[in-house]
Amino acid sequence: MAAVTSVGKTPAAASASRPRGIHARRRRRLNIFRYVVFTVFGLFFLLPLLAMARFSLEGAKLGTWSGTAWKQIASYQGSGVPPLLSSIEITLELAVITCVVTLVLLVPTMIWVRLRVQWLARAMEFLSLLPLTIPAIVLVVGLGPIYNRIQHYNLSALMLFWVYVILALPYAYRALAAGLSAIDVTTLSEAARSLGASWLTVIVRVIAPNMRQAILNALLLTWALVLGEFTIAFLLLYNNLQVELYSISRNTPNAGVIFSTSTAALLFAFVLLLILSYAGRRRRGRG
Amino acid sequence: MAVAATTQTGARPSRAGRRPSVPAWVGTVPFLAYVAVFLLWPTGIVVVDALKNPNGSWAFANITKLGDPLVRGYFVGSFKLCLLSSVIGAVLGAILAYAVASGDPDGMIRRLYLATSGVLAQFGGVTLAFAFLVLIGPAGLLFHASWFYSFPWGITVIYTYFQIPLMVLVFLPAIDGVKVQWREASENLGASAWQYWRYVGGPLLTPAFLGGTLLLFANALSAFATIAAWENQISYIVPQQISTALSSEVGLSSVNVADLLALGMVIMVAIVMTGYALLQRRAARWLR
Amino acid sequence: MRSSYRLALAGAAAAVLLAAGCSSSGSSTSSNGGTNWATQTSASAGGGMNALVAEAKKEGTLNVIALPPTWANYGAILSAFTAKYGIKINSALPDGSSQQEVDAVKTENGTAKAPDVLDIGMAVALANTSLFAPYEVSTWSDIPAAQKEPTGLWVQDYGGYMAVGYSSKFGTITSLNDLLSPRFKGAVALNGNPTSANAALNGVMMASLAEGGSAGSIANGVDFFKKLKAAGNFSPVQATGATIKAGTTPVVFNWDYLNLPSYVGVSNWKVFIPQNAILGGYYAQAINKNAPHPAAARLWEEFLYSQAASGGQNLWLEGGARPVEQAAMQSNGSINTGAAAKLPSVAGTPTFLSATQATDAANYLASNWAKAVG
Repeated sequence: MAAVTSVGKTPAAASASRPRGIHARRRRRLNIFRYVVFTVFGLFFLLPLLAMARFSLEGAKLGTWSGTAWKQIASYQGSGVPPLLSSIEITLELAVITCVVTLVLLVPTMIWVRLRVQWLARAMEFLSLLPLTIPAIVLVVGLGPIYNRIQHYNLSALMLFWVYVILALPYAYRALAAGLSAIDVTTLSEAARSLGASWLTVIVRVIAPNMRQAILNALLLTWALVLGEFTIAFLLLYNNLQVELYSISRNTPNAGVIFSTSTAALLFAFVLLLILSYAGRRRRGRG
Repeated sequence: MAVAATTQTGARPSRAGRRPSVPAWVGTVPFLAYVAVFLLWPTGIVVVDALKNPNGSWAFANITKLGDPLVRGYFVGSFKLCLLSSVIGAVLGAILAYAVASGDPDGMIRRLYLATSGVLAQFGGVTLAFAFLVLIGPAGLLFHASWFYSFPWGITVIYTYFQIPLMVLVFLPAIDGVKVQWREASENLGASAWQYWRYVGGPLLTPAFLGGTLLLFANALSAFATIAAWENQISYIVPQQISTALSSEVGLSSVNVADLLALGMVIMVAIVMTGYALLQRRAARWLR
Repeated sequence: MRSSYRLALAGAAAAVLLAAGCSSSGSSTSSNGGTNWATQTSASAGGGMNALVAEAKKEGTLNVIALPPTWANYGAILSAFTAKYGIKINSALPDGSSQQEVDAVKTENGTAKAPDVLDIGMAVALANTSLFAPYEVSTWSDIPAAQKEPTGLWVQDYGGYMAVGYSSKFGTITSLNDLLSPRFKGAVALNGNPTSANAALNGVMMASLAEGGSAGSIANGVDFFKKLKAAGNFSPVQATGATIKAGTTPVVFNWDYLNLPSYVGVSNWKVFIPQNAILGGYYAQAINKNAPHPAAARLWEEFLYSQAASGGQNLWLEGGARPVEQAAMQSNGSINTGAAAKLPSVAGTPTFLSATQATDAANYLASNWAKAVG
């Protein structure tokens, strides 16, 4: 049938091989739709960012230009507080640790549940989405005694990762679940096991690579979450990037440095994610 | 059959000899333990303390305080803001996701928008609020929108700024999962675009869409930093009032009140999630 | 693969992460060569100032909390203390509220990170005396009796009068009712939520006094803001240095030492205190009973209350705040006359809210504020 011949080809290629007419019209309409959507949304997202960038270049008086805010990222230091750079460093390290722990915790468990313990699937979904219902601001109150214990062993702000993993659970779970449901886990695992693979091999070397896009997605979301997290760090009295920006904004008259830092953080994350998207490219033609 | 028996018992033909047979669910213990310690236990503390007095004695009557008109106002405010920003964010996000998904999977636009979405999905707080203030505030660079200060319209616009990217991130995999072949098959059977969406595409995507909306709703519910940086002279929503209850300097702070408000939020989301579960069960039948 | 393998793997991963994240910041051991400063109620009782300085230097660190550098010149005070004694200061949560300071004391109790000293509003101080240690500084007798707890559990340190700061583009304000005129459309803001922030509550109370109310009732103040809202002049925007500079909030109710042009960052900033509504508010110092660095904590208090030219009291004065020992310093001549002259002049006796008046005001606001301006 006609449908079979177009398997594996992109819609554009498929319709290009068709004669002009209804499909070309539809393609054109789709393209117009896409360009309008991209322009409108692009403007909506770009304007506040441009405003931020404009303010990061603001001088001492309104209307003047100055690059001091950008230079201050490296040199900014309030009295008695660690410099801005150290909070940036801590936040980046936190992001990496959180990403790793979230993946290590979720991916094997989700695959295992899908394969061997299906009756737990509903419960796992519920637990993973539960952090969404507990506002961070009160999770912190309940975390008080636990963090008290943790702080007896380690005072570093890196200890925030324990709760950041919980915060990331819903987003990572959703991304991974979407990826997991798109592949035939049972067949893959049975095939691998019948060839003598251990469960670890099945998870790490057979199934996970097929979920690459979903894993990347989950990493994206977790990373962005840690970079933007404010409430818990603030209430547990740790100094991460957002807390630092907040107190600079409240206590410094010429707070241009908060805009330059935010713009820089966004740009950095953006470039990183762009690079990662090349790493996660799925080869066409695979089942 | 033999295959089924293999997955059933997990017994392997050759490898590593005898092992004590541990039930399969033990493999989920790390995850369960982690969640128990860092999520369930703190939640338990919060829920229990909500029903206690500051001196530690039980006060189950506290729960009636949730019906207090002032408290109800906070919940209504939260609900309005969350509903508006999640529905608007979901619809607009779905449109954007569709536009992104219908292009070249390896193309630049898709990468750009995905990277942007990943970055902006958690962007908020003081910088976002301030950026909007300078754009459409009183001394606005663009214009002055007088409705921007009224709740919930102004803050909804700000919330959609991170709700839309989140929806794109969550919904895009679902659109990707709608195989091209189905569209072509339906065309071959003579269906119009509208019929395709009505009978095939729509029902396929509805569970993911609803799930995305729910995620957005919960995301908006806990959001705090942005509205605190925007307008914090009045408590419009529950998280602001929780912050007041936790950190008020004028003697109005009470951890038990904060816990009670949190309990209310949990109840609210539980209701919404139940509705979602029912809807999803209905929609899931289409996929069978 | 058996689940025990996975368990081991997970456990190993967790252990590695814990070890990797472990920094070497251990808690300071209390080197008890002689006196236990945690229980001393004054410098002389512990063996004199020199002994205190020596022990504090041995401790080497001081944990402070919620001290923004631009608030009442705290930046200079922190640097001066470190320069004089070589003691490193860890300044946590610069934008915290008084309640958060007390919460930090409770949650971090027993760790090396717990705050040693607190600078808090009166309401919070009065409610939490069980957390404090009594201590009388050397200049104890120069502090008015009404401004200290008899055993030194809390002692007021600096204060100011509630004022309206505004951009000079509005001309000069002579009365609070000027704010109701149309030229202030969308311009007037408080500094925070009055049910949460001390400064905001006092802002509403000051309006109440200016409108003919008394310290016992804040209703007139709430009505004033209601009128402001009806006239379209009330701005609900959270005022910060950035919003003031951008012109989003050109009129702000705040303590006079927080309405200095240097603090606000706008050179054409003026300050107005209504002469019929001089509302004063002081903050208080307290020492954590279980401070990780008890000697450093007490030395910090001695520094803050010292009347030296570069001591705490004069440094606060330079920040536009009124030090608690101001009267005594004016009579014994140790005051920095230049800085004192720069304070906004007030003719009349200031009002101070009592504890009950403050609580009544808070309760009234809790029920009526949102309704009035929401």
